[in-house]
Amino acid sequence: MVPKELKYTSEHEWVKIQGDRIIVGVTNYAQTELGDVVFVDLPSVGEKVTAKNPIGTIESVKAVTEIYAPISGEIMETNDDLEHSPELINQDPYGKGWVVVIEPVDPKEINDLMSPSAYKSLIEDK
Amino acid sequence: MQTTPLFPVYQKYQAKTIDFHGWILPVQFAGIIQEHATVRQQVGLFDVSHMGELLIEGTDAACYLDYMLTNRVSSLNPGFICYSPMCYPNGGTVDDLLIYRLNGTKFLLVVNASNTAKDLEWLCHNTANFKVSIMDVSAAMVQLALQGPNALPLLQQIASEPEQLQLKHYQFRDRVVLSGIPVLLSRTGYTGEAGFEMYLPAESGVSLWENLMETGASCGIQPIGLGARDTLRFEAGLPLYGHELGPDITPLEAGLQRFVDFGKDPFLGKEALLQQLTQGLSRRLTGLEMIERGIARSGCRVLRTNQDAGYVTSGNYSPSLRKNLALALLDINAGKTGNEVQVDIRGKLVAAKITDYPFYKRRKS
Repeated sequence: MVPKELKYTSEHEWVKIQGDRIIVGVTNYAQTELGDVVFVDLPSVGEKVTAKNPIGTIESVKAVTEIYAPISGEIMETNDDLEHSPELINQDPYGKGWVVVIEPVDPKEINDLMSPSAYKSLIEDK
Repeated sequence: MQTTPLFPVYQKYQAKTIDFHGWILPVQFAGIIQEHATVRQQVGLFDVSHMGELLIEGTDAACYLDYMLTNRVSSLNPGFICYSPMCYPNGGTVDDLLIYRLNGTKFLLVVNASNTAKDLEWLCHNTANFKVSIMDVSAAMVQLALQGPNALPLLQQIASEPEQLQLKHYQFRDRVVLSGIPVLLSRTGYTGEAGFEMYLPAESGVSLWENLMETGASCGIQPIGLGARDTLRFEAGLPLYGHELGPDITPLEAGLQRFVDFGKDPFLGKEALLQQLTQGLSRRLTGLEMIERGIARSGCRVLRTNQDAGYVTSGNYSPSLRKNLALALLDINAGKTGNEVQVDIRGKLVAAKITDYPFYKRRKS
């Protein structure tokens, strides 16, 4: 399950370009590997984030993993539903389980993200 | 890497496996939270064949075990089981285990997988003048756990003589025939639910597993992995060696005084434990409930009024209570129920309050 209209990172985030902003979530592969998500810690709206730096954590029963900023920018929105329903990440990773909206400082960074086919081969190699 | 005789069936049930102290074992099947609920509400089947089984036999077996363990084994009747820590002379814990009295002079010890070799060495090292023989029979045995309210109704369907299933808590019966396979059946478990554990020859393991899964379908049976085994025992406040117990943690600190019998003759650790009891404990296992958002994990430091007060031994989301809870070894002064403390979760201080444990208690029917 690697939707063709999205971009990806090697840390298993997906990126959807929407106008001059990006929506970020974690991939289906990531949520399957994690197992039942029971806690999500999100950044604050307005926070400045740097590409490849951690912006939050996702915890399953057995594991704690960080969410990284795919590109640099400012947090415009966070998915507050995850606070009470972290399982949305398992149930709908590409939809209701979205994590944050970022306004990029340098939209050219989007070109550094992985294509669906590159991401697919990354997870198939595992 | 070691595997249990059940390894060939894991794949059929979509197990996700992990390396657990050198054993390839299922961490989950359908998902930890679903498996957890299945055990609380219906019935779950666990392969726990990695556990170690040691046979202690000889005319001195009972008094030898009284010397090696903190609980009193000699007063146990054949057909009954007791739980006991095993301590070093300094009071630190070697392991915690179950002792099955098979007859007057023969006992079966069930020990933690990761401690089997260490326990065997420690037991052999201390036989002194006791007339006992010690044998590791782990490899020849499969151990399955069947846990949950539907465990008994399920066994009634496959037992040759269902009246043999009427066992009290911590009672066992040998040669109970289930699906044509003789097993040692005990009313024990590590989940906080009613249930059974079964010991049988390694070669019959797959056959009994498959029979239980097949017959149990109508009872809602599911295979359960180590992930849910951990959340279940954690909610029930049952200690896990390496977390709530260890060479640097005494049974008294872990809240297990009822399994330390100071009334019996000298036993390993008695003096140190008695001294600790007389002087008063400096730290003790306590429950924590997170007030602010966050999950306190094993190893997190705990602070009380900005002072170091101890550390978290186990912490997780509790699927039954839907709360973030933890067990922590805390300074005796910090540990009053209701007290607020801070847990250092990856550099962030998160508020929690001290609560009583076990967090989950089964409603007795």
